[in-house]
Amino acid sequence: MAALSIRDVVKDYRAGMRVNRVIHGVSAEVADGEFIVIVGPSGCGKSTLLRMVAGLEEITGGQIAIGQRVVNDIEPAERDIAMVFQNYALYPHMSVFDNMAYGLKIARVPREEISVRVRRAAAILEIEAFLDRKPRQLSGGQRQRVAMGRAIVREPQVFLFDEPLSNLDARLRAQTRVEIRKLHAELGVTSLFVTHDQVEAMTLAQRVIVMNAGLIEQIGTPETIYRAPESTFVAGFIGAPPMNLMPVRAEGPRLVRESCELVLSADAPRDGELIMGVRPEHASFDDHGWPMRVELVELLGAERLIHGRLADAPFIVRTDARLASPSPGQVVGLQIAPESLHWFDPTTQKRLPT
Amino acid sequence: MAIEKRVRFGNRWLPWLLVAPQMVIVTIFFFWPAGSALYQSVLLQDAFGGSTQFVGLENFDRLFSDGSYLASFRTTAVFSLLVASCGICIALVLAVMANRVIRGATLYTTLLVWPYAVAPAIAGVLWLFMFAPSVGIVSHALRGLGIEWNHLLNGNQAMALIVMAAVWKQISYNFLFFLAGLQSIPKSLIEAAAIDGARPWHRFWTIVFPLLSPTTFFLLVINIVYAFFDTFAIVDAATQGGPGKDTAILVYKAYYDGFKAMDLGGSAAQSVILMAIVIALTVVQFRYVERRVQY
Amino acid sequence: MVERRPGITLIAHLVLVLGVLLVSFPLYVTLVASTQTSEQIVQQAPMSLWPGSNLIETYRAALFGGQTASGSRISPVAPMLKVSFICAMVIALGKISISMLSAFAFVYFRFPGRTLCFWMVFITLMLPVEVRIGPTYQVVAGLGLLNTYAGLTVPLIASATATFLFRQFFLTVPDELVEASRIDGAGPIRFFIDVLLPLSATSIAALFVIQFIYGWNQYLWPLLFTTDESKYPIVMGIRRMLAGGDAGNEWNVVMATAILAMLPPALVVLLMQKWFVKGLVDAEK
Repeated sequence: MAALSIRDVVKDYRAGMRVNRVIHGVSAEVADGEFIVIVGPSGCGKSTLLRMVAGLEEITGGQIAIGQRVVNDIEPAERDIAMVFQNYALYPHMSVFDNMAYGLKIARVPREEISVRVRRAAAILEIEAFLDRKPRQLSGGQRQRVAMGRAIVREPQVFLFDEPLSNLDARLRAQTRVEIRKLHAELGVTSLFVTHDQVEAMTLAQRVIVMNAGLIEQIGTPETIYRAPESTFVAGFIGAPPMNLMPVRAEGPRLVRESCELVLSADAPRDGELIMGVRPEHASFDDHGWPMRVELVELLGAERLIHGRLADAPFIVRTDARLASPSPGQVVGLQIAPESLHWFDPTTQKRLPT
Repeated sequence: MAIEKRVRFGNRWLPWLLVAPQMVIVTIFFFWPAGSALYQSVLLQDAFGGSTQFVGLENFDRLFSDGSYLASFRTTAVFSLLVASCGICIALVLAVMANRVIRGATLYTTLLVWPYAVAPAIAGVLWLFMFAPSVGIVSHALRGLGIEWNHLLNGNQAMALIVMAAVWKQISYNFLFFLAGLQSIPKSLIEAAAIDGARPWHRFWTIVFPLLSPTTFFLLVINIVYAFFDTFAIVDAATQGGPGKDTAILVYKAYYDGFKAMDLGGSAAQSVILMAIVIALTVVQFRYVERRVQY
Repeated sequence: MVERRPGITLIAHLVLVLGVLLVSFPLYVTLVASTQTSEQIVQQAPMSLWPGSNLIETYRAALFGGQTASGSRISPVAPMLKVSFICAMVIALGKISISMLSAFAFVYFRFPGRTLCFWMVFITLMLPVEVRIGPTYQVVAGLGLLNTYAGLTVPLIASATATFLFRQFFLTVPDELVEASRIDGAGPIRFFIDVLLPLSATSIAALFVIQFIYGWNQYLWPLLFTTDESKYPIVMGIRRMLAGGDAGNEWNVVMATAILAMLPPALVVLLMQKWFVKGLVDAEK
């Protein structure tokens, strides 16, 4: 087990004469034994970053170190890492046992020890019954567990996960998420997990790295990221339904937007153009509150989502389904606690200190 | 993929019309001669069409006790094994290399694939020219190295000549299939093996080659069939089965006996035996290769 | 790629270049030989590896016939090119049309004897021409087709591989297309012409390349079936030129003929390489 250090890492792709920069200098320090999730939309560079840690992509600039060792020029085989691929990448012509034993055989681990390690990992993942089968005889979830088993037996310094749950159906995904958490609690190996699903990020991570367009937007615990997003991107990406973001012009305690006016209980952080953010669950109904015209109501079972327009901007409110539901066309009053308001600078898209 | 279509057109006579051309040709030029070959193989015919006599399996007996026929079997076996193994190995090396280089792969493919367009007869002529004992470039170079080359006298050298010509032509075909096979191996498997600690050489033998085995087996069968039959023109152009009968592969011998030596019954019998061999090879191909494992 | 070491890529390039050189060497020798005179080849053996200056004369002699220095006649190759071209086109186009029609019938119709016909076609896969030469000769002779274009092409037109290729392709065409065209009022022939044919364009192109080469390169068949020089395809005609033994052959003319014989199929392959590769690989699936 070891710490992972990423310093000012840059990645360029060369296409003929043109150079395309996809990662613009990212830095992160992962502590020994920590489970870190890199989350972001497709194309943000998260998989590329993971593959650079793995050694499958060249590092154009900057430095990556595993333990205390800088690994920029070291082959994947020598980095002492293990990776779980999105499509499992199991060797189709080998049995499950041989798949898991492959890396150990190469490392010339004695046969008895290989058997012990493989069986132990198989027991943890509950795949002992499949050891003699070939991958094509297994279901998706079973193959995923074999892929994880293959990573576990190597007892590497770092685990790398490349969107391993994306190919599973929703229920299996939820189940496997729990298993991965339990696994980490038991084995405690430093792990780097890449996903585009913010739910996975929130549930699995000890810390989250939010990436967008080749840059890191924010690093923090799930709670910090949720409660204090550093940018409108993070605010809109984490949380479902996403945070309501509304451009307004502030004058003291008054907010003006599209010939509508909203009054705060205290002054806005500064005058001028601002972006105001409110999470859907932080608005409650109050007859004297800000008027919102209801357009559509969705019942999710335990919750209700009320879509409408506040100050002529789209707005979603999340309420308990046991409360009475407003109807489309109705105007309801919204009450939002001042500490639940987030403020962002429209030019930098970054959080404003309050 | 559906084996049967759900939808059908209802016409009664149209389908017959559609398959008619193919059926007519197949019947006239295939089944009739094939049946005729079977029939003739059990006859003893006077070359001038004078008398015909039913002799049962005597033609076959005669063949199998004929030293030159058995020698032809051995010649064909040696020839096809050499052609298949050389053709496959060389093509595999080239395909692995071509799969490695990112730039230029298409160019190399074009440059390696064009011999497919060359007729076997032409290939025979080309290699004959290069190795012609008196005027050939290569034979001259060999003489400079101390090797006396005269495939008109030396049976082994004649075999080497037709093997080289046959392999030269077949490399293109094998190369294409190996390249396609290599490209169908998911990159993530190679990456997983690399992360597991496998070096390139080890990776090739434990991952790539096993996954390529359906292609290899398929090419083995195809190459053997090729060596048996499509190389007739090479032999006819380059060595005419000689010196003596040293390069008389089975199909060549069948032609020679039928058209030069006028042994119609024997030639027909040889055709029947060849038919049996092809059927066996095709059955092998379909049963073992078509059952290609779906990963 | 995983290992980024430039050394490995360099070795790969070297091996490939070596392969290309080995493969192209015979072609180079042939080209050079066709630019020299017969005396240069025979008397100055070994022949020089640099191009000679006799290009035009050699090719003219090859194409249009002429006289050698020793007075023997060189038969013109131009008519043979014509024969080869006609045969190749007839075989390629004939095979494609017949196979498409059969495949269409097998896939989209149900008729008595369908299975039998299908198996009959399947069996032809197992017996290449070379196996049934003797008896086929008798059949063709009996039908009076020796020395005719028909005799050279028709026996080669029934192909199982083309039929199977089209059958496989047709099976992947969505059923909804047939249903939609039926609703639009089209009968089977209309469907075939307006829908199936355009969709099959790639397969047809691929098959054309392979069948053209196949037809052009036919050797044994013409060897048996034609004694009339005006019906010799060039691939077979070249064989006849080798009668003179090592020194007696007009090697430069022979090599020029070889180049002429190789040119059209090579051109077809190079120009249609994409379809050619697809056709080869698909046909064996």
